[in-house]
This record gives sequence, C-alpha cells and structure tokens, in this order.
Amino acid sequence: MAEQTSTANAWPANSTATDLIPPGRRRLGWALMIAATLGLLALIVMQILYKTEVDTIGFYTWRPVVYAYVLWGVALGAWQVLTRGEDGQRALFLLPALLFTIAMVIFPTLFGFYIALTDWNLSSFAGRRFNGLDNFWEMLGDPYYRNALFNMVLYVLAVLVEYVIAFGLALLLNAQIRARKFFRVVFLLPLMLSPVAVSWMVGKSLMEYRFGPASTLARHLGWDNPAFFSNPITARISIMVLDAWTFIPFMMIMLLAGLQAMSREVIEAARVDGATTWQTFWQVTFPLMLPVSLTAVILRIIFKLKLADIIITVTSGGPGGATDSVSSFIYREYRDRSNVGYGTMLAMVYLIIIVVFVTWLLKIASRFVRNVN
Amino acid sequence: MSVQTTEYTVSEIRSPAAFITSRVFIYGALVFWSFVCLFPIYWTITTSFKSAVDVTQGHLIPFVDFQPDWKGWRSLGLSPDSIFETSTVRDEFLKRFMNSVITSVGASSLAIIIGSLAAYGLTRYRYHFAWFKNEDISFFFLSQLILPPVVLALPFLVLYREVALLDTRIGLVLLYTLMVLPIVIWIMRDQFNSIPVELEEAALVDGLTIWGAFFRIVMPIALPGMVAAFILAMVLCWNEYFFAALLTSTDAKTIPVMVASQTGSQGINWWSMAALATAAITPLAIIGIALERYLIMGMTAGSVK
Repeated sequence: MAEQTSTANAWPANSTATDLIPPGRRRLGWALMIAATLGLLALIVMQILYKTEVDTIGFYTWRPVVYAYVLWGVALGAWQVLTRGEDGQRALFLLPALLFTIAMVIFPTLFGFYIALTDWNLSSFAGRRFNGLDNFWEMLGDPYYRNALFNMVLYVLAVLVEYVIAFGLALLLNAQIRARKFFRVVFLLPLMLSPVAVSWMVGKSLMEYRFGPASTLARHLGWDNPAFFSNPITARISIMVLDAWTFIPFMMIMLLAGLQAMSREVIEAARVDGATTWQTFWQVTFPLMLPVSLTAVILRIIFKLKLADIIITVTSGGPGGATDSVSSFIYREYRDRSNVGYGTMLAMVYLIIIVVFVTWLLKIASRFVRNVN
Repeated sequence: MSVQTTEYTVSEIRSPAAFITSRVFIYGALVFWSFVCLFPIYWTITTSFKSAVDVTQGHLIPFVDFQPDWKGWRSLGLSPDSIFETSTVRDEFLKRFMNSVITSVGASSLAIIIGSLAAYGLTRYRYHFAWFKNEDISFFFLSQLILPPVVLALPFLVLYREVALLDTRIGLVLLYTLMVLPIVIWIMRDQFNSIPVELEEAALVDGLTIWGAFFRIVMPIALPGMVAAFILAMVLCWNEYFFAALLTSTDAKTIPVMVASQTGSQGINWWSMAALATAAITPLAIIGIALERYLIMGMTAGSVK
C-alpha cells in the first residue's frame, strides 16, 4: 500500500521507498556489490601480474576481464535494486547504456592519449616506447597533416552548397506536385547506398577517364580532357560531388519536414498582403526555417568531419595528398606505415579541434536563432 | 476581398502562362534530379550484364546498344547457369554477406535495446549520478555523435588484440552499437516525449511495476519509433567501412571491405565489380523503398517542433 502511493506519481524526484527495504535485503545488496568489485579488481591485478611476468597464474588474453566487467555490471544493477528498491529499478533503465558507453569510450580514449605519447611502429622490432610530446612537435612540422586540415575546411564549406541544393529539392517536393511519394523515394535512394559502392559506381566507373559516361558528357560539353582525379582542384571538387550525392537527401528530408510543419496561413497571409513568391520566400519561409536549417547543417557538418571512406577508396588521398581528409590521412599513416603512435597523436589533436569547433558552432547557432526570433 | 482570395489556391490567382511556366520548371527540375539519383544505379546494374567491349564503348541501353549477358553474375557464381555449381567466389561473397547481416542486425538490435531503455529513463525520471543530472547524461550520450571513428580506431585495434576480439563479428557489433547509440537515443527520446505520462500513471495505479508499465504499455506505442531507429541504424551499420577495414582481416570482413578490396587489385573487372556493387546495394535499396516512411520518421525526429 505504501509502495503504491510512492509510485503513483511517475516523476518522483526523491521517493522515500528506501525506508521500506528490510535491512537484510540491503545487507545482501552491499555484500554482492563488494564481492563483485573485489572479484573484478582481483582479476585485473592477477592479470597485470601475469602479463608483467611477476607470477604464472593468469589468462593468455584479457578477455576474462571483459566478462568480469559484464558480471560486475549485473551486480551493480542488482545492488541498486536490492538497496534502493523503486529508485534502483529506475536506475536500471539507464545503467546498461551508461556502462556500455563508459567502457567503450572513456577507457579507449584515455588509452589513446597514452598511445599518442609513445613512439610505436608496428613494423619495427623496438615496440612501444614513451617519448613525451615528440609526436606533437613532429605533427606541427608535417605539411601533409596541415594540408589535410585545410582540405577539411574546404569540405566543410561545401556543406553550404549542399544546403542550397537540398533546400531547393525540399521546396520542389513541397510544391503541389503529382507522384510526390515516388520522387521522394527516388531522391532518398542515394543515402541508402554504401559509400564504398558509390565510390566504385560513380568515382571509378562513371567518371572513368576513357569511356565513363560522365567523361563522355564532359567531352560533349567542351571539356577536352575530363580527368576528374588528376588535377588537385578538380579532384577535390569530384570528391565533394560524390559525397554530396550521397548526403544531400539527408538534409533534404529534414528541411522537407520543416516545410511541412510550417503553417500554410502565414504564407497565405503574406500573399494576400501582395508579396511576390521571391519576397515570400526570403521574408517568411526562410526565416521560419532557420532553426531546422541550422540543425540540418550542423548535423551534416558533424557527419562531414568523419569523411573518409570515399577518399580512401577513390583516390587514396591523391594526387599528392590533395584530396586527403584528416581521417583518410591517418588511416594511411596506420595502414601503409604502421605508425600507431604518431597516427594516434594526429587523431587526438583532431578530436580536440573538432570538439572546440562544434561547441563554438552550437553556441553561435543558438545565439543566431535567439537574435532572429 | 481578402476573404475571397484566400479561398483559392495560390496558383489560380496568377495568369495561366505563369502557371504553366512554373509547372514546366518544377517537373523539369524533378525529372532532372531523379535522373541524377538513378543514373549511377542504372549504369551499375546494366554494366553487370556487359562484356568488355560494351563497357569500353560506353553502350548504355540493353538489347538496343548491346546484348545482355550473365557475365558479371557468372563470375560471382550467381548467374542462372552457375548457381548450382560450386564456386569459391560465391562462397566468399556469401560469407561476407552473412557477416554484414549479422553485424548490422546485431548492432542495431543491441543499440535499440539499451538505447530505448536509457531514453525512457531519461524522459521519465530524474537522475543524480554524483554531480551528473539528466541534461548532463543526455549530453554525454549525444556528444558521442561527434567522435570521429579515426579517434577510436587505433586504441581499439590495440585493445581488441588484447581481449582477442580482433577480426571477430562480436568486436564489430560492439563498435557499431557504440556508433549508432547516440542516434537511437535521440530518436527514442523524442518518441517517448510524445507519449503522455498519464498512460503510465494509470498503469501504475492499476498495480503494474514500472518495468511492467514500460513493457506492456509504453513499448507497443513506441514501436514505430523503434522501427525507425532500427532501420536508420541498419543503414549506417551496413554501409560502415572504416572500422571494418581496420579491424577485420579474414574472418569478419564485411561487404564494403570486400567491394573496396576488389577495386585496387587485378586491374578492373568491370562486369564482376558491377555485379558485386549491385549485390551490395540491393538489400538496403529494397529496405529503403519498402520502409521509406520509417526512415524519414527516424531522420526527422526531434528536428521539427
């Protein structure tokens, strides 16, 4: 009965159900938790001793520690329920995702920062050696990394062009047309295709120098030498086009949803007041669409910052690193030169740069929206 | 006067000539962009039926320009005449295909389960973990979205070797789950926010536990959102290349890695590459066309208020 009153409200900040739990149950919970934690720690210590060859009892790999972590997570959940009752059951909703993300992100990232401070080449016999900030100083003098960062700026700027096209397509789909569903499905299709398959389909075959249809078309239009990937500037543009082709539908769908959610009355009112189509768009539609636009553009930029697979498969960064994104450059740093320590340093610096950049972007965007509205 | 004009649609107010021009422009643009979207797909599918000469001469239309042939599909062991014979290429392809299916379905399912639970908890209850409140926890989950794969790839390569997960499907499933989890939480949070709390309050008064209320009352209502999140996660996992290329070598290679590895080596076998690319994109193209409604629902979650 008492429990029912405490659960009747689905939004309890702090329910008092803890008082109703018998001390025996609470003791059991604590015992379980302490046993699980000690067990996990004991296993880790044993494994460290085994790996550093202090003693001979242990497992060949660290896999058992992973299982132990999972069991520890289960014990943590049981402990919550046993000692905190209803509140514990609520915590249970969040715990799996939280434990999973912490294990998969925090630990590897910290480990990554450590690797970044080592000289570690998988192909050399020397193994891992701590070398402080040497990788960082080497990075500052690396023209290819600077070039890759510069390319990322260009690639991110290309998002604006994609945005204009996507907005245009969204307006088209929002017009009074027949077969809207058909066009929507067709326009959405490129997003579903794997970028690797697209790199082959478009980059390597349609844009093939000798007989690809895109090259043939370009010749007909008067470009004598349609080599899409041999000159740095055209190569960059070709990569942008390929990436835009797959991701324009993503922004288009978000903008279309924004257009459809807009009330028709506002537009009608503007027309009644004598505004032309052009004026209606710039004075009414566009400002109203600003919040959705910003969401779409920022999400798209976040995806753009991960751009790698198209570049890896089509140009491998060529010609001469002209099309490299940061991700594809680090990928090759690892794949071709096995330079784990240096590659990780580049990746960690990139992480810091984009965290700062995205935070700044979000701040600007929220201020912008507030000023306009 | 204004009352009268609002009853007509906008296009009727203007002159017929302007109306026709705008129609021509709109449909012209629609058809043009449809062509841009469809032509590469059309080209790939037809190329898988071409012989070398037809490819190099740029023939486009089957039966008119060139005689279709099962060449590309035969080299994969999937043409009508070779489907019953043993084929190492086909075995290889099917193995990669199954790897892709298992990793993407596994990762999407896992992400949906733990992501939905977390999203439900975050929309319904107040949490305090040390100094972290709900907003901080949500932000923590969503901020994973900006983490580029390249940051995690090398540490994971080393860690996975230590825990013997390198080149395994489970290893990929775990990473892909991490990759799509923020998106799933984003979509499901939006979904649960749209369900009125009164429903669960009534269920709790009727004697259900909070977990009972979640499974029996909330889950069925939130099912469309779950389907949407699942499909979006599927698309992202199926197409993922970066982690798969770095972390798998023989056993757990997925379709995109197989496609990419064919382009570099052995010159280019146009027809077999085209057949392989077609096979790689077909499953998702079908899912996308059939379940387009859910895909759109997933992508627009939370963006329009």
